[in-house]
Amino acid sequence: MANRARAEAVDPHSEGGAPPVPDSEKGGWSRWHMLGIEDLSRSEIETVLDTAPQFSAVQRRESGIKKVPLLQGRLVVNLFLEPSTRTRVSFELAAKRLSADTLTFTPSSSSVVKGESLHDTLATIEAMHSDIIVIRSTFAGAPNILANRHPSHIINAGDGYHEHPTQALLDAFTMRRHIRKMRQDPEASLDGVRVAIIGDIAYSRVARSNIWCLTKLGAKVVLCGPRTLMPAEIKKMGVEATSNLKEALDGADVVYALRIQLERQGSCLLPSLREYIQLFRVDNDSLKVAPDHALVMHPGPINRDVELAAEVADGPRSVIMEQVSNGVAVRMAIMHLLANHV
Amino acid sequence: MTQSEQRLTESTVVMTADAVSDAIRRMATEILDALGQSDAFVLLGILSRGRPLADRIANEINSVTGAAPNVGSLATTLYRDDLRSGMGKPRVGAGETHFDFDVSGVTVVLVDDVISAGRTVRAAMDEVMDYGRPKRIQLACLVDRGVRELPIQPDYLGATIDTHVEDHVAVRLAETDGEDIVLLERVAE
Repeated sequence: MANRARAEAVDPHSEGGAPPVPDSEKGGWSRWHMLGIEDLSRSEIETVLDTAPQFSAVQRRESGIKKVPLLQGRLVVNLFLEPSTRTRVSFELAAKRLSADTLTFTPSSSSVVKGESLHDTLATIEAMHSDIIVIRSTFAGAPNILANRHPSHIINAGDGYHEHPTQALLDAFTMRRHIRKMRQDPEASLDGVRVAIIGDIAYSRVARSNIWCLTKLGAKVVLCGPRTLMPAEIKKMGVEATSNLKEALDGADVVYALRIQLERQGSCLLPSLREYIQLFRVDNDSLKVAPDHALVMHPGPINRDVELAAEVADGPRSVIMEQVSNGVAVRMAIMHLLANHV
Repeated sequence: MTQSEQRLTESTVVMTADAVSDAIRRMATEILDALGQSDAFVLLGILSRGRPLADRIANEINSVTGAAPNVGSLATTLYRDDLRSGMGKPRVGAGETHFDFDVSGVTVVLVDDVISAGRTVRAAMDEVMDYGRPKRIQLACLVDRGVRELPIQPDYLGATIDTHVEDHVAVRLAETDGEDIVLLERVAE
């Protein structure tokens, strides 16, 4: 019995054998680098968020090895020209769990201290034939410069005040997971979700990347902080801005507190820490206007009892520790997409 | 489906719904004969269709012995051998590996719908071994279509089909596709 039929579009990996399915039909990825959120489409962001859960599962293996061979034999170089512990460790762990080899350059231990120029440091790394370079720098655009002159995949781990894309992605992943659990809808998106970001917006690459990411995903973003630390034209990014904490927290589904840099106190930008605490601290008192389900988030490290009260940081609404473990999963997803799909 | 994917093919039914049920029943019997009682082994279904097949085998075993073996799922997406050169495409949302029993010291029977090159089974073995050290691993497949690229053979098999590399074997199951049928699709001349 024979009948004519159209060939079924099937994943080539299934043992049936079939022509490959074009990227446009399945979660596609075609970027060589992860430099920022600003240029990413909603679909690309969602591809990262949809790729991460399988890596969360790897980390949660109880009896097995917390490792998969996806980047076996590949070299990931961490170039941390600005001090960092949590982000650096997160990237190192992500690379190791993908079975990659890792190398880490940090300012105090590197020859930068001996006076070697950035140019020569980069040339040394080039000679090692790295596959992925993760770079954190005080200079905005440093990852872009590196991407233009280097064949490796470049991941921006924070460039000056500009962007911190992997942080925004792990934050969005965390928010989406909770929204889905709360609504009992495994396909729920962040459309219409109200996110309040509190703190020093002007000098925060975390805020910038989060604003891009959340607005592209359809969330409603409200910024709150001292006017001196709120960029004048910020509303052009499609967000609301206020210097009234209660107004920002009213109806917020997510409360995101940014670290206030203690060096700013006493400068003309921030009169005193005490004034900041009175007006902008996220604590049980200010959270009274927020709904019960509101998540409390922070990129870390926390200045306890400054921007965030200790009992809130450790309290039932806080998902700060989950952000940390989600960070490893999201960074694994990003490295896998960059190294294996282009 | 885009223009470039529409090909006219000749579709032959190689297994009807009855043939599929018979094959599953036979494999369940063979597994019981070889491995003994239901608590002596576990079933791990591969990719999408291996899991409903594993569930059906477990049901058959249950109706014979009154007890069902443990069943789990393996995604194998993180262990594929074709990802390094960018040949593979990201499979997002294909389901995740999930089982809530220990595999160490246990007989694991991998279950898949079709075996061809054998690379999926090898990826499945790599994945299982990252979770523990099974006493032994065996393989149950509904269809063997030949065209092997690795020395891997099923221990329990529903049917063998002779195929060319460019043919496509489509297994459809009620749980995933609404009907039980196995089709051989050849590109029409």
